[in-house]
Amino acid sequence: MDIQNRFSRGLLPLLAAFGLCIASGPAAAWEPTKPVEFIIPAGTGGGADQMARLIQGIVAKHNLMKQALIPVNKSGGAGAEGFLEVKAAKGDPHKIIITLSNLFTTPMATGVPFNWKELTPVAMLSLDNFVLWVNSETPYKTPKEYLDAVKKGGPNTFKMGGTGSKQEDQIITVAIEKAAGVKFTYIPFKGGGAVATQLVGKHIDSSVNNPIEAVAQWRAGSLRALCVFDAERMPYKEKVTATQSWNDIPTCKEAGIPMEYVMLRGIFMPAGVSPDVVAFYVDLFNKVRATPEWKKFMEDGAFNQTFLTGKAYADWVAKAEALHRDLMKEAGFLAKP
Amino acid sequence: MEEINALFHGFSVALTPFNLLLMFIGVTLGVLIGVLPGLGGANGIAILLPLTFAMPPTSAVIMLSCIYWGALFGGAITSILFNIPGEPWSVATTFDGYPMAQQGKAGEALTTAFTSSFIGAFFAVVMITFLAPLVAKFALKFGPPEFFAVFFLTFCSFIGMGKEPPFKIVAAMMLGFALAAVGIDTVTGQLRLIFGWHELMRGFDFLIAVIGLFGIGEILLSMEEGLSFSGRTAKINMRIVIETWKKLPRFWLTSLRSCIIGCWMGITPGGATPASFMSYGIAKRMSPDGAKFGTGMAEGVIAPETAAHAAGTAALLPMISLGIPGSPTAAVLLGGLLIWGLQPGPLLFVEQKDFVWGLIASMYLGNIAGLIIVLTCVPLFAAILRVPFSIIAPVIIVICAIGAYTVHNAMLDIWLMLLFGVAGYAFKKLAYPLAPLVLALVLGDQAESAFRQAMLMSQGDVSIFFSNGLVSSIMGLGLLMLVWPFISRLKASMRKNAA
Amino acid sequence: MEDKQGSGDVVHSGISVRAAEIVVAVILLGLGGLVVYDSVRLGFRWVGDGPEAGYFPFYIGLFICIASLITLGQVLFGKTRGDHQVFVAWEQLKLVLSVLVPAAFFVLGIQLVGIYLAAAAYIAFFMVWLGKYNWIKSVLLGIAVSIVTFMMFEIWFKVPLFKGEFNPLSIIGY
Repeated sequence: MDIQNRFSRGLLPLLAAFGLCIASGPAAAWEPTKPVEFIIPAGTGGGADQMARLIQGIVAKHNLMKQALIPVNKSGGAGAEGFLEVKAAKGDPHKIIITLSNLFTTPMATGVPFNWKELTPVAMLSLDNFVLWVNSETPYKTPKEYLDAVKKGGPNTFKMGGTGSKQEDQIITVAIEKAAGVKFTYIPFKGGGAVATQLVGKHIDSSVNNPIEAVAQWRAGSLRALCVFDAERMPYKEKVTATQSWNDIPTCKEAGIPMEYVMLRGIFMPAGVSPDVVAFYVDLFNKVRATPEWKKFMEDGAFNQTFLTGKAYADWVAKAEALHRDLMKEAGFLAKP
Repeated sequence: MEEINALFHGFSVALTPFNLLLMFIGVTLGVLIGVLPGLGGANGIAILLPLTFAMPPTSAVIMLSCIYWGALFGGAITSILFNIPGEPWSVATTFDGYPMAQQGKAGEALTTAFTSSFIGAFFAVVMITFLAPLVAKFALKFGPPEFFAVFFLTFCSFIGMGKEPPFKIVAAMMLGFALAAVGIDTVTGQLRLIFGWHELMRGFDFLIAVIGLFGIGEILLSMEEGLSFSGRTAKINMRIVIETWKKLPRFWLTSLRSCIIGCWMGITPGGATPASFMSYGIAKRMSPDGAKFGTGMAEGVIAPETAAHAAGTAALLPMISLGIPGSPTAAVLLGGLLIWGLQPGPLLFVEQKDFVWGLIASMYLGNIAGLIIVLTCVPLFAAILRVPFSIIAPVIIVICAIGAYTVHNAMLDIWLMLLFGVAGYAFKKLAYPLAPLVLALVLGDQAESAFRQAMLMSQGDVSIFFSNGLVSSIMGLGLLMLVWPFISRLKASMRKNAA
Repeated sequence: MEDKQGSGDVVHSGISVRAAEIVVAVILLGLGGLVVYDSVRLGFRWVGDGPEAGYFPFYIGLFICIASLITLGQVLFGKTRGDHQVFVAWEQLKLVLSVLVPAAFFVLGIQLVGIYLAAAAYIAFFMVWLGKYNWIKSVLLGIAVSIVTFMMFEIWFKVPLFKGEFNPLSIIGY
């Protein structure tokens, strides 16, 4: 999942904001005329929920929109409920949805009929990273040491914990298995926080938590970060633990696991809305990205701050979908017809 | 005493006029949120979270946690007055609270519930103050097998206590499990029991079922008697509070036991709902008046309320100290911490002393504020029963509909609520027990997930449930609870023989 | 569940317990059957690493079927519960339906025009019809409750409630 067009990070928000304001000058005349529903296809307290509520808070605090932005959780059927609602709301300009990888995995794994092509892509806000974690009391200092131990232990002796079933965490697990020629027992839990705690309590041997889900335990010295699944190291150089910054974590690729995975945190809306409407929301999210609260959140969660809109975004999503289909097909996760 | 110093520091942080004002606003809002079924503590806090974005973190968390206390208190009100649990953990409160209200003892039931809630919370806060690090370590010992053992214990302490025909108990309980299984299966990600009907994907929420079975069902039942609710004779003056307080101390053992159950379930994320059921079940087994539970015994209100509130409070401990939420509400608060730029986790106690101790101090103060507010309102709440039936009944149905809708923002849920209402009416008249159905519905899903996670861990070996001291003792306790009715019957008959 | 439809066997004046028992047991039997059916599709065996997705639902469904069959048997062939007991007398049923039917119309109203309008109409109707209050008082109270709800949910808490398929409130911008 290589991202071709990476913008330079510092300049991006400003440039993009100006660029869009100018580019869409007269067209940006559309504005919401009633409160905008912000659908979260996940439960309260999770990663997508946190991000959506942060955006709501930022929009309210900085007065970025005249109408209110109202988050609504629609988590049924691994998020399918939320996606189906947006699909059904064709042409409604007052509805947006934040997505995670379940945009691809849910329809593939459950056979629920929807596809991202039935929605209008608005903007990619960021990409969420995944890190391979082990308990710090174990002797494994590098991914190689750990995977060697897994190989030596034989199939199904080591337990990998993750969020949900046939979703991103399990897909990554399968990809690791394939890349390293090992076999884990994958144990699905309901949320990322629970996974991190299970790892601290040594009920599982490793996890692929997002940075933000495990950072507290990492700083407290209970977990050890082995490698990150992005193509490049995370850019944040400030020390997070006593000795390490996010940037000190090697990529899994350089550590000898030939694979990459990042998760989309992006915005979609119903199909059949006019370009003015999309331009309004793109502009809105640019403003959100420029706020100090957003920047701090990105840094705390060690997000990959790639921001894409328009065709570049749609292309990225199409590529990601193809990748997910391949991975899920190989893992046997596709829904039986 | 390092903790005492820190606590006093916390009080100095929390006790500003602005924070006190927020506390009262928070508790009042919380009571309102707790009263409205559906709009639970977690929803309420999620809704109000962005409003606190501009406040200093300590003030924000004080207000939000006070909403949480308020919601805990408020859940009991509708349970007692109308048999409609405002929150999942108040279901067990209806078993004896509603009969009390029907007998004209609404004021007494409310006072008992509020006071018990306060005692439970206070016990939990004291524990948080002095034992936080120790207790946090205990929470880490809970993996899937231990979680399953906890659910097992809850079921065991609750089942086998009804007087209904045994096959109807089985049918009701299994129906609860079946409803809980609808929707996506966490372990395999497959959609279950929806028969291609995507509206069913979100599953049957416990609250919808409860609002229908208990609330609407009860209204239909009371219609048979004519246009009125019983219990209109409830005393509505403040003296009832003092009178009730005089009677409470003799139930100290039940309170203490419920506090301990509550704290335990709050720390290991079992949560307030299993705590209240387990506490009620165990109180019924242990109490000399056990046979009379369900007919309006004060003890039957004390047990679930104390445990629920203790659990609700204790659930904040793993959130602060480990960064794991002990309840859905705590999960939302946790998100709040991140948004305010605070990192929950083991270092919070070290790095954010003001915040942590301010929060703990606000737990003491918020609960006292909450108790004062709800107790002064007891006469007011009891007076609701005097509103003419033909006004209050449609208003209740409207509130139930809103509650059912807000759970998932789904229109279908309102129809389901009505259907559950009819089912509740029929079940009650035909002696199908509702309690096991509801218990199975609320815990069935989690119990199954925990069981299957444990099975994945052990590769299908059931002996994992007896693989260490902790899990074995919880399972053992569960088995003991299961056979307890036989033991007590045996003891009774032996005593009879001896006499 | 739908005891109202319980037909036949009218003893005294009302639906007999026997009829209601049979209807409920048959409905439960049907539900149990559905559960078993879908569990078989999902896979109900205990495989190498524990139970499949349908394992527990299969036995749950099975138990529902067995329990309701036994109840059914007891009602049909046993003499356990009096055949002559009345589940609900016609008089009572009329009262119950006088709440249930308007409630069903209320829910239908929500579906069409949203919670706020349906609630106002429902409360007003209920007060006039069952409470014998006068029209003006009832309508005013209904509207008042709706407005308070609207303020609380849409404006203070920012929780959008259902506005109905036709959403009449879109005129005022919601």
